[in-house]
Order: sequence, then C-alpha cells, then structure tokens
Amino acid sequence: MNAFVAILRRDLRLALRQGADSVMVVAFFIVTTTLFPFGVGPEANILARIASGVIWVSALLAAMLSLERVFQTDYEDGTLELLTLSPAPLELLVLGKVCAHWLTTGLPLIIAAPVMAVMLNMDQDGFGTLMIAMLIGTPALSLIGAIGAALILGARRGGVLVSLLVLPLYIPVLIFGAGAVEAALLGISAQAQLQIMGAILLLSLAAAPFATAHAIRQAVE
Amino acid sequence: MTVFTGSDLTCLRGERLVFGDLSFSANTGDAVMLRGRNGAGKSSLLRLMAGLMAPRHGTIRWQGDDIANDKIAHRARLHYLGHQDAIKPVLTVRDNLRLWAELRGISDIDAEIDQALRAFDIHHLGKTAGRYLSSGQKRRTALARILLGQSDLWLLDEPTVGLDRESCAELARLIAEFRAKGGIVIYSTHVDLDIAAPIILDLDPFAIPMMEWLIEHDDEDANQHLSLDMDQGRTTEAAI
Repeated sequence: MNAFVAILRRDLRLALRQGADSVMVVAFFIVTTTLFPFGVGPEANILARIASGVIWVSALLAAMLSLERVFQTDYEDGTLELLTLSPAPLELLVLGKVCAHWLTTGLPLIIAAPVMAVMLNMDQDGFGTLMIAMLIGTPALSLIGAIGAALILGARRGGVLVSLLVLPLYIPVLIFGAGAVEAALLGISAQAQLQIMGAILLLSLAAAPFATAHAIRQAVE
Repeated sequence: MTVFTGSDLTCLRGERLVFGDLSFSANTGDAVMLRGRNGAGKSSLLRLMAGLMAPRHGTIRWQGDDIANDKIAHRARLHYLGHQDAIKPVLTVRDNLRLWAELRGISDIDAEIDQALRAFDIHHLGKTAGRYLSSGQKRRTALARILLGQSDLWLLDEPTVGLDRESCAELARLIAEFRAKGGIVIYSTHVDLDIAAPIILDLDPFAIPMMEWLIEHDDEDANQHLSLDMDQGRTTEAAI
C-alpha cells in the first residue's frame, strides 16, 4: 500500500509542477463541446436533445488526449524500467499511476461537465445523474485507457495508435453514460444504467492493472 | 557455496543471438567486470541478471534458487543502474530519490537520503530541480539511489559515464565498502575503475553464429531451417 501512495504522490507532484496537462484536457473538453452549437445551430431544443451525448463524447476524447503521456515520459527517461525492478508489485504501481491520472484529468472533467450542460441547454433534472454517471465512468476510462497507453510504448505515432486501440473499448461507457442521463431527463430511474456502469468500472478495476503491467513488462524487456 | 550463478545462458534480442552458452558465478564480496566489444551483450547480460529480460535458454540462480521463481525477492536484493538516469526535470534531487526510498519500504527516509547524497558529494543540491543539474550531477544522483536501503547485489551498466575523476574514485571506494559487507558488484565500464581483484568476464568468446547455436540445441526451428536448406539443395541439383 505504501508503494501505491508513493507513486500516487509523486505523479500528483509532477502534475502540479507541470500543470499544463490537466488544464489542456479541460480546455479541450470545453472547446470541443462549444463546437457543437456552431455546427448544429443555436436551436435550444436540438441542443438540449443532444447535450448528454455531446458531453460524453467530448469527455471521452479529452480523457484520451492525455493517455499517451501516462507512461511515455517514464518510459523514455528509464523510470519505468526501475519501477518494474522495484520490490513493489507493478500492478499496484500501475493502479497508483491510473489513480493520479484520474485525479488530474477525470475529476476536472466532472467539474466542468455541468457548466457545459448549462451551455447546451440541458434540463436541470439531468445534472445530478450526469455527475454521478461521470463519477463512475471516468475512472473506468482511465483504467481502460492505461492498457492502451502501455501497449503503445516504443511505437512511433503512439498518439494516433492509442485512439484506435482505446476508443472502441470506450463505447460501452458512452452508451450507458449517455443513456443514464437520457433516462433522468425523461423522468425514469437511471439506476439500471448506473449499475451497469458500476459493473464496467469493477471489471476494469480488476483486469486493467494486470493487463497494463503485462504490457509494460513487454515494453521494457 | 557460490551465491550468484548463471549457467548456459543464451540471450536473444529480436532476431539476433547476442551470446550463447555463457556461464558465470560470483561469491559474496566479489566484483565481476564485464568486458567485450560494443554489442557483445554487456548490457543484455546485466538485464538478464536483474530479471528485466528472461534468457532464451539457461538459468540464473541466487543461492541455488532460480531467480524467475521469486522475482519480488530478487528485486528486493538488487540495485540496477542502467544507461538512463531516470531523473524528473521538475522534481528536486531529494524528491527524485524519495520515490525509490519509499518503494523500498525504508523507514527513515530522510536520513538515508542525506547519507546517500553526502556519499556522492551532492548534498548541497538536495533542493535543486533535476533540469538544472549537469550530466555528471545527474549521474551522481542516479548513483546515490543504489545506496538507499539494504541490498546484496549491484548491477551497474557503465556507471562512470559522465563522472569526473573524483567521483570515479568515490564510486570505487563505495564499491569496496559494499563488497566488504558481503555485497556482490557486477559492472561494465570502459574507464579504469580502481577496483581490487575483479573477476573479469570477457563476453567476446560467447558470440556464436545463430545457425550453429540452433543446430547444437536441436531446436524445432533449426530442423526447419535445415530441411529447408536440404530442399533447396535438392532443387538446385534437379535444375542442374
């Protein structure tokens, strides 16, 4: 457990000193969401209809944007090699890094999401469910994304590759995330969708650290 | 009883056979110096010893146990220094070292870091960010890492790169101290490090052609290659 805290604290300190990454993710999220009213026109009803989908798609893309750098810098400067050689289990270290990634990218997105929902004229009834769905969904995005981020280590044009690998895996989160908000807007209980998202989160929590650690061991060999 | 041994090691990098049928052994307090031309596999051998790579053939043992059986125990006893210094430009020297100390589960982290920094004469740089360090200072910070915590085995890949003469002498002194406590040091270097009575392991004689090794080990691959060769021979004959 100490190892988990150690790597989490170091990654948060790095993110704090560099700063740019989290700000960029949120800025990207806001800009992408803002593009839709320009594209589909300012009709309030249409915007309200597509709001939940737009927010989820933008959040997915924004989360993916930062994935390439999760392991890349550590890989390049030799840190990853030493992490695999540390007596702490690599799976635990991966979990620490993913947790740091979520705190620096997922959490800011959750805070920015309601603001974007207001801009897109989403009904107030959906706000609570949107934030709960994102609270369950974004950690799953970080966990699933980490597998892709580890698989592209050492590959050229990694950024493009990671999107091809990871985006298809994000589809279930998108379907049920947007579905939960839709249900809340229609006045139906969103419990079923949220429970399925919880299942996705638990599954990725159980599987992703092992898959990621394995991919890292392959990369540093 | 020899503590750290490897037998019949063969290392494959991609499609290339780096070395084959290599054996080594080291006792407590030994220093082993790896020698060989560029590409002879000094780094590869050190990575095999660390458990970063698995040998294609052969086993590495610590006190008789295959290191692949208990990787965690092996990692806890070794310190590895690679080509890269693994220093984060935005973190201070102290914060850079702190992670490795924490991962080793050291209890008195600050005291250990102080001691390691003093040993390499970089105590005054403790609060300096990594990006302001010279390459020699970075190397010394990376070397300070191997002093953290208890260890029985140092695997040093070109530890002297970027070091000035004083630091080299300091490193030699620390290696002697480590050996006196029963540690094993295995290193490769192109500079003369003042180390008492090292065992010299020359890698050049172990470079063998791929085909020869495959035939000797009677691998399925080799049989395939051979039968292919024979087929080709036959077709040429037929053509004639």
